[in-house]
Amino acid sequence: MDEPVKFYQTGTFTVGNRLLPKEQRTVQASRQRGNALNSGHRACQGCGEALGARYVVDAALRAAEGRLIAANATGCLEVFSTPYPETSWQLPWIHSLFGNAAAVGTGIAAALKVKGRRDVRVIAQGGDGGTTDIGFGCLSGMFERNDDVLYVCYDNQGYMNTGVQRSSATPPGARTATTMAVGPEPGAPFGQGKNLPLIAMAHAIPYVATATVADLHDLEAKVERAMALHGARYLHVLVPCPLGWGAASHDTVRLARLAKESGIFPVFEAEHGELTAVSKIRRRVPAAEYLRLQKRFAHLFGEPGHPEMLAAIQAGADRNVRRFGLED
Amino acid sequence: MDKPFAITLDPGSSLANKTGSWRTERPVYTDRLPPCNATCPAGEDIQGWLFRAESGDYEAAWRHLVRDNPLPAVMGRVCYHGCEGACNRAKLDEAVGINSVERFLGDEAIRRGWAFEPPAAESGRRVLVVGAGPSGLSAAYHLRRLGHAVTVAEAGAAAGGMMRYGIPKYRLPREVLDAEVARIVALGVELQLGTRVDRIAEAMQAGAYDAAFLAVGAHIAKRAFIPAGDSARILDAVALLRSMEDGATPVLGRRVAVYGGGNTALDVARTAKRLGATEAVIVYRRTRERMPAHDLEVEEALEEGVQVKWLSTVAHAEAGTLTIEKMRLDEHGKPQPTGEYETLEADSLVLALGQDVDLALLAGVPGLDVRDGVVQVDPQTMMTGHPGLFAGGDMVPAERNVTVAVGHGKKAARHIDAWLRGTALAAEPKHGPALFERLNPWYYSDAPKTEREQLELARRTDGFDEVQHGLTEENALFEARRCLSCGNCLQCDNCYGVCPDNAVKKLAPGRYAVDYDYCKGCGLCAVECPCGAIDMVAEQT
Repeated sequence: MDEPVKFYQTGTFTVGNRLLPKEQRTVQASRQRGNALNSGHRACQGCGEALGARYVVDAALRAAEGRLIAANATGCLEVFSTPYPETSWQLPWIHSLFGNAAAVGTGIAAALKVKGRRDVRVIAQGGDGGTTDIGFGCLSGMFERNDDVLYVCYDNQGYMNTGVQRSSATPPGARTATTMAVGPEPGAPFGQGKNLPLIAMAHAIPYVATATVADLHDLEAKVERAMALHGARYLHVLVPCPLGWGAASHDTVRLARLAKESGIFPVFEAEHGELTAVSKIRRRVPAAEYLRLQKRFAHLFGEPGHPEMLAAIQAGADRNVRRFGLED
Repeated sequence: MDKPFAITLDPGSSLANKTGSWRTERPVYTDRLPPCNATCPAGEDIQGWLFRAESGDYEAAWRHLVRDNPLPAVMGRVCYHGCEGACNRAKLDEAVGINSVERFLGDEAIRRGWAFEPPAAESGRRVLVVGAGPSGLSAAYHLRRLGHAVTVAEAGAAAGGMMRYGIPKYRLPREVLDAEVARIVALGVELQLGTRVDRIAEAMQAGAYDAAFLAVGAHIAKRAFIPAGDSARILDAVALLRSMEDGATPVLGRRVAVYGGGNTALDVARTAKRLGATEAVIVYRRTRERMPAHDLEVEEALEEGVQVKWLSTVAHAEAGTLTIEKMRLDEHGKPQPTGEYETLEADSLVLALGQDVDLALLAGVPGLDVRDGVVQVDPQTMMTGHPGLFAGGDMVPAERNVTVAVGHGKKAARHIDAWLRGTALAAEPKHGPALFERLNPWYYSDAPKTEREQLELARRTDGFDEVQHGLTEENALFEARRCLSCGNCLQCDNCYGVCPDNAVKKLAPGRYAVDYDYCKGCGLCAVECPCGAIDMVAEQT
């Protein structure tokens, strides 16, 4: 979102501001926000996913004027919000299996269509494991049929719920319980994994976007854009995981910001398979600045460290900067 | 058990789950002392009034400002703004133009005729203020606001003290000064012009005053012996600047030399230029780095063509020529003679070697401690050794400038008030410093400082028009909004927005509270607070 800076103290980088016109403030700055994911949930301290899910669902609730149904894959989000019989959700919410959130969402959308309820909207959500691996078939089908569902992937880059195992969204070099920091090429292997936003674009669905929990104005604008459209839509939100990444709980937002500012996580929008907008990098930082805050990359630093892997990660970030035109 | 198949527990909300018990540290909202406020000799709450100016409510901003300083339009012109030197924003791009916003507010107040709020109640006490300079006016204003009957006795024909008789018009237009003085008088301060107090004890007795604040200023030029021929034309700076005000244009000639290195020397040299001197040369014994004058003024003077002979002293004055001895600095930085001489053609020589205070009015007052030509006061209260007699400004030991004097007046007024009520004013505990390291600079957008325009050079040296222009309303707003609000909540809602547990409650615009039932103590709110207004405090175990 290339918004001109209208307020010179903090621009539009903060959640709200007393001096911003009402229409430029975020849903999260409002006292009337939905708090769709309520207090008392059992997410870890500083959980990026809890943050991201509230941002997204609150914004979607407002866009749908409160008429919204959520299908949820198994994963952290489901486990920490709904230990039976307790729930943190303040909207109609259904959980079925790890892999079928997209299919369940599709079913709800179909049922609504049959009932002639065009006013009720559907989102499906899951973590990267339930999206890029286990639920991938259902999701691809949902895209291919252009079902009227907004699918939101909260990407914390691993199976955090079950003890930090590698997923197909785990970045190269990262240490997980299944990609230990041992051997000549420690951590997750290079050259594997899936980039689901690009795969979604390849399905040429109406809307695909990436976002982080570090830029609320951008994230909420994307939810709003997605909710204004019908058909299959995909939103991929980077949500740092203090536990799985080995980072301080207060660094969640900073990590998301550094992921974007380093070029490691490009933030963009696409419609019908065509790239339509990118969030430019404001202050470019070296990849190392982002990686150094995370214990899962600790083996890259120190003596002897792995400068060649660091260089490869930096090269990937540079590639993103060129490929998506992240710098002016 | 009347529950559906396989259901054993009642469904419920997660609100029953008080996750606050996980916490080891708790976020606490705090106020910190911003460096600008900490530096201001007048004790202004700069961050506080800028905060109000940011919303465009200039009257509220001005009212907040004048709680501490009744002369913002003067300040916005003559204050050396140490606040800007301390400003945290300088570490991002450039310091906030605090002084220019202050001037804008001061000018707005004059333009729109804003008046001070009258005192809530009369105290029935009478206070005499001697001297209507910055310190006396400030004290009178604060005392009056506290409900006391105040009389200001001023020896001069007009109020303002050194602001009128020492600062040239091109820096402080007299209509600005007059407007701000008039506003203080309108508050109910009695101003007696042309009234010299010769004996303070008698004056207090005659007027039945309960206390007095003395701020007579330093109006006597310091002397230095300069061997001179009979026809050499030698003047002193204080008399020269004063004569400018009295309307008698002094005869200086085409080539004017000024001896000294303070702000007054620069004022004289720049004034000489404006009076038609083709050459104005400052003779100073040390180097530029050691010059006590403020950089900004040196800069402006040099722009206007004022010349400086560094490391030079006047050895002898004759009609039309000066003999200058070259100096060198010894290891202590003190100038030492070299025995090398040169001549400098000058029609007149103006001595700007500092000023002394006429302390004659104190004669016979018991308990006073006069040292180095100034009255010693308790720095906490500004009270002299004589009970009920307070003093400030140039006549007490301090840096001599308008802002310091205004600060003395305020401090003295508060302690005079306490003294009159028979109480002691305890120093309020200061907030911890709002260090740059506590800020989250990411959130501040790039916004370079707005510079004030200056009068073109050609027009500067042939008249006394004001050199520094003010800001437009748009520029002033921009500049105010560059404030980082260091250490004080700027109402950005970030804490409310970034809490993963919805544990920050937004009570009213700008008021937040942490719901400790659910706060897990992650610290996101504190780290993502742009201005560092949240502390993380360890839980007691």
